[in-house]
Amino acid sequence: MVQRLWTLDELWTLDELWTLDEPWTMNEPWTLDEPWTMNGPWTLDEPWTVDYGLWTDRGFVKIAVCIKQVVTREWQVRVNESKTWVRDSDASWELNEPDAYALEEALRLREKHGGEVVVVSAGPARVAQVLREALARGADRAIHVQGDHFSTADAFTAAEALAAALAPEQADLILTGLQSDDQGFAQVGVVLAEKLGVAHSTIIMEVQISAPSTGSGPADLRVKRELEGGWFQWVSMPLPAVLTIQSGINQLRYATLKGIMAAKKKEIRAVAAPPVSTVKQRIASVYMPEKSKQTRMISGSAAEAAKELVRVLREDARVL
Amino acid sequence: MVLVIAEQRDGVLNRASWEAVAAAQQLGGPVKIAVAGAGVGAVAAELAAADVAEVISLEHEGLAVYTPDGFVQALAGLIAAESPSHVVFSHTYQTRDYAPRLAARIDRALAADCIGTKGDSSARLFVRPIFQGRVNADIALEGPAPHLVTFQIGAFRGDAAKRGAQPAPVRSVAASVDPASIRQKPEAPFREAKQAVDLSQAERIVSVGRGIKSEEHIAIARELAASLGAELAASRPICDSGWLPMERQIGSSGQTVAPKLYLALGISGAIQHVVGMKGARTIVAINKDPEAPIFEIADYGIAGDLFEIVPAMISALKQ
Repeated sequence: MVQRLWTLDELWTLDELWTLDEPWTMNEPWTLDEPWTMNGPWTLDEPWTVDYGLWTDRGFVKIAVCIKQVVTREWQVRVNESKTWVRDSDASWELNEPDAYALEEALRLREKHGGEVVVVSAGPARVAQVLREALARGADRAIHVQGDHFSTADAFTAAEALAAALAPEQADLILTGLQSDDQGFAQVGVVLAEKLGVAHSTIIMEVQISAPSTGSGPADLRVKRELEGGWFQWVSMPLPAVLTIQSGINQLRYATLKGIMAAKKKEIRAVAAPPVSTVKQRIASVYMPEKSKQTRMISGSAAEAAKELVRVLREDARVL
Repeated sequence: MVLVIAEQRDGVLNRASWEAVAAAQQLGGPVKIAVAGAGVGAVAAELAAADVAEVISLEHEGLAVYTPDGFVQALAGLIAAESPSHVVFSHTYQTRDYAPRLAARIDRALAADCIGTKGDSSARLFVRPIFQGRVNADIALEGPAPHLVTFQIGAFRGDAAKRGAQPAPVRSVAASVDPASIRQKPEAPFREAKQAVDLSQAERIVSVGRGIKSEEHIAIARELAASLGAELAASRPICDSGWLPMERQIGSSGQTVAPKLYLALGISGAIQHVVGMKGARTIVAINKDPEAPIFEIADYGIAGDLFEIVPAMISALKQ
């Protein structure tokens, strides 16, 4: 049995080695690199069998998803020599997790209502990786707003660049993750809404688009917002709108081999970043946080450390 | 002057607003507090206990129920009238929902989720955790005043807010809001989980995070919990994945607990989790990453493989 490991980048540069319209079983033992797992029910035939279900006053539903490439969670964060940023030249990168949930939600909405999903990312050349990944997961096309300065840019700079790229798209719905795992501003989606002059809502756990109650005009949007401490709230608003999506809103799907091959035919359009109007936030220095608590680290083999931990919990902390 | 925006819902003051007052007092100079809503005089009177120059109740029928469109309009008008140097918020879900839009509307800088300040009014820096709390950044805000700043919940102590010798004057201001321009139509808040498990009453909690890696490994955490006489809980990603029910989630979107013992297995210590458990008396962290932020708040830590340490703990507990 043939078994090989493929990375997304390898597959991307591969030309048509396989005819993918051959009978294809997803249980094949083709082991793709994590997290390209092969299990799960997939709808692989979109977007060619689009059911143009729900229309807005501007045509079928167009959903834009703003995604960011961030360093992986496993990567050891190190401050750079000038102490102005992290030393990320050797970092490994991935799709910001809340943005992955936003993309998944867009794909699910398209499965339900038809339409188009466009992914947008602002960043240096490396961010093409997450755009390809989004296309492989099922997005229809991608826009790359190019600029090295986005690596450390403030939320306003990022939002202005995304707004410039998205304004001509006239999307009905713009989704993005509620915040990024790197700078974690939790601002870009909300500022983007203001720049585009459209309504917004944040920390969303469910999205419903329905035909307008009046029978004509744009579709209605109803979303479930997460409040603190286990509370939720439904909010309705007109389209177009920007929503920031909370992690866990859905179950993520990963790219399949067929999705990756199909993605190679999809467009990634590069656009230049607009000039930065005004920088509102400057990073003066970056440093490791000071410990607020005296932590007793217990070392030794697993057995020794476990034994010692049980002892201190019994005798010192007296919590057992 | 530093303007604090307090938060209320149905006439009940959000306790985190006192933390914002404490932060504003630390910035120096006169402080005013504003609270927006419809009929929020009682909340304003409660806030008047603070040692501040004035409390403003910003009133409009269109603010009776919170909407980002309504609050952005009302507060943009108030900020223009008051010309503060800084506008200070507690970094609540509501603040996250509208403060960025308010900053964009008035074209001013916003530093979000800060945990402290440095320097003085001539060279002010705001400290904010980045990369999931693994490093801190000192931030300088640029451009004309006011600068908007939101402070992380728990970064300041609400009871550290200085109280005045006598109540501060309360002034009611009619907000400028066009109700027709409010696009969001909110429905009444509700709770989803039945909260069958009240983890706040648990004396000991074993909590699992991403480091547990897969659903089948939950079993060893459950076994450890049983050995310790502890309840089993989790960080958000575990509940998102459906490996444990949502009602066992600890953190800002789940339950807040303060047990005698909190044992964190494979939990990195993101702030959203930490706010739900930092009140625990003894915190133990087991994580393969020795630099995981969870070790900053832990009393005892083991940097190692939980899949080796947990079974060893279970056998040690039998002795």
